[in-house]
Amino acid sequence: LVGKALSAELIREIEKLLIQADVGVKTAIELRKDIQAGWERSEITTGTDAWEFLKSQLIAYFPDEDRQIHFAESGPTVILVAGINGAGKTTSIAKITKSLRDEGKTVLLAACDTFRAAAVEQLEIWSDRLGVEVVKGKQGGDPAAVAFDAADAAVARGVDCLVIDTAGRLHTQEHLMRQLTKIKNVVGKKIPGAPHETILVIDATTGQNGINQAKIFTQASDVSGIFLSKLDGSARGGIVIAIREELNLPVKFIGVGETPDDVQPFDPPSFVEAMFVE
Amino acid sequence: MLGNLSEKFEGVMRKLSGQATISEGNVRESMDEVREALLEADVHYEVAEAFCETVLTEALGESVLKSVEPGQQMIKIVHDELVKLLGGEEAMDDEGRPIEREPIMYVQPGPTIIMMSGLQGSGKTTTCGKLAGYMKKRGKNVMLAACDLQRPAAVTQLEVLANQVEQEVEGSGKVMFHGEPEKCAEYGQAVGVAVQVANRALESAKLQGADVLILDTAGRLHVNDELMGELRQVSNAVNPHQIYLVIDAMTGQDAVNSAKAFHAQLELDGVVLTKFDSDTRGGAALTVKKIVGEPIKFIGVGEKLDALEEFHASRIASRILGM
Ligand SMILES: Nc1nc2c(ncn2[C@@H]2O[C@H](COP(=O)(O)OP(=O)(O)OP(=O)(O)O)[C@@H](O)[C@H]2O)c(=O)[nH]1
Ligand SMILES: Nc1nc2c(ncn2[C@@H]2O[C@H](COP(=O)(O)OP(=O)(O)OP(=O)(O)O)[C@@H](O)[C@H]2O)c(=O)[nH]1
Ligand SMILES: [K+]
Ligand SMILES: [Mg+2]
Ligand SMILES: [Mg+2]
Repeated sequence: LVGKALSAELIREIEKLLIQADVGVKTAIELRKDIQAGWERSEITTGTDAWEFLKSQLIAYFPDEDRQIHFAESGPTVILVAGINGAGKTTSIAKITKSLRDEGKTVLLAACDTFRAAAVEQLEIWSDRLGVEVVKGKQGGDPAAVAFDAADAAVARGVDCLVIDTAGRLHTQEHLMRQLTKIKNVVGKKIPGAPHETILVIDATTGQNGINQAKIFTQASDVSGIFLSKLDGSARGGIVIAIREELNLPVKFIGVGETPDDVQPFDPPSFVEAMFVE
Repeated sequence: MLGNLSEKFEGVMRKLSGQATISEGNVRESMDEVREALLEADVHYEVAEAFCETVLTEALGESVLKSVEPGQQMIKIVHDELVKLLGGEEAMDDEGRPIEREPIMYVQPGPTIIMMSGLQGSGKTTTCGKLAGYMKKRGKNVMLAACDLQRPAAVTQLEVLANQVEQEVEGSGKVMFHGEPEKCAEYGQAVGVAVQVANRALESAKLQGADVLILDTAGRLHVNDELMGELRQVSNAVNPHQIYLVIDAMTGQDAVNSAKAFHAQLELDGVVLTKFDSDTRGGAALTVKKIVGEPIKFIGVGEKLDALEEFHASRIASRILGM
């Protein structure tokens, strides 16, 4: 791209790169048209111009101010974590917990995945390694009841943060989406303003279906931000751009490995650069 | 939100219907719609391009241009070509019913060794449980072996599933479990241990007369050389008869890279596509089939142990096209 004169062919090449990064046909075509228009007005004349333009457009999607965690003014801050099966929720919770602890905050975990085999045990192992406590319920029990107990315990123990793990669910499973709404409402009744953050975990390998995931999870639980997991592979995670375009959801963290240290705040410039690395 | 190919074609053909003849240019134009539909379904960019070229040649040869319903004719060509790419239509008997083909080849004497592989969270462990159920129903004795020593509680997860299958699934087969939880370690500390566990699992499977041994393995990134090497070592140690790649059907354009790398390291024998119960169009299936060349054996359609189906090319083709 860099160093070449802009041509119709090069513009098509840019569209191809965008699609291969999973931003989706619609978003890719829109961005391509913007470049095309700039070219026709002679504002964009080289590959370098196009690349700089594209970079600035993409970075502008993600302003600084909405990348922070919103903490409660008083009492426990509740962070609800949701997403489809295997996206990386439980591991991402270990990462969030570690970084909260590193900031000196006390954390309590809620094991609301009462469905999947050994889901509670998985969270317990992380809690042991991180030195935090977990509130859990019965296997197969009502996850909202666990959330309620956990909210109770968070207030009673005066912890700074309560992080809630939930079972993986597909956005197409209406009863499970209603269950998520119930979990959210239950903690809201116990702790005013809770959950203060609802984090949707999206696997960076996700294709166009990610847009529907974001849409329906937002309807069910007012998603406030995205944790983009598994960005340490070769997938570019461009779906978060399409999600931003359609739903205006910010990305707050990225996951880059399987240990609690493998988390970074979302940094738009390096994310965008990495989207186009050969 | 996602456009539907039939609708798109109707639109194109309506535009064309005012004209006396349909030209090659018109057909080319409608191929852009096909391309877009494929990309929206997560078919890989280059696979989509190549596919459109093939269809175009076919369409012009099949004299779509002279056909009474060119739109319908085009849809049929696209659909049939997709089915071909996905592994072909199943064989039918004289009454037009699909002939049952056993998707798994069992060796005599056993145990038939099956190894699962794939990216993190794709559904390997769950699929091990589902396969055990599938085989138990068919009278096979199955041993599940926990060769993921890394992910917290992975061994317990497989053990719980093994017990669940043994208790809940009807069938004369027996489901056994081999796990060595004391060998688990934190990330990076257990690399290579899986090889020893797999060896001992094979011994135990032989001793206990298992017909099938299914090895669960840790999720790993195709770009992680150390862990990909471990998987190759496990494979060299026990010589699986079948190695499956488990792929999340919601995967986007990167499916091509991971499938290529796993296939290069392991020479895969088949693919299991999971989470097909979502609303994904599942275009990654097409990409993966093209890369791996081996059949898609099963699709996962839920979290429960019986949510495993044999693969049908034509159903998936229609779904990719949004029909
Ligand atoms: N490489 C890599 N692996 C990750 C990352 N985040 C999670 N994983 C792995 O992905 C797999 C699934 O992670 P989990 O945290 O269990 O996912 P989950 O969403 O809680 O899964 P369910 O509860 O079953 O729906 C595990 O093997 C994790 O180690 C990441 O950022 N990078
Ligand atoms: N809806 C649905 N969920 C599935 C399907 N297959 C697996 N899952 C779920 O996906 C999540 C991940 O499944 P696992 O079997 O733990 O995946 P894995 O590949 O073993 O994960 P790692 O060992 O961490 O790499 C779990 O929540 C499963 O219940 C499926 O076909 N449909
Ligand atoms: K996934
Ligand atoms: Mg989990
Ligand atoms: Mg597993």
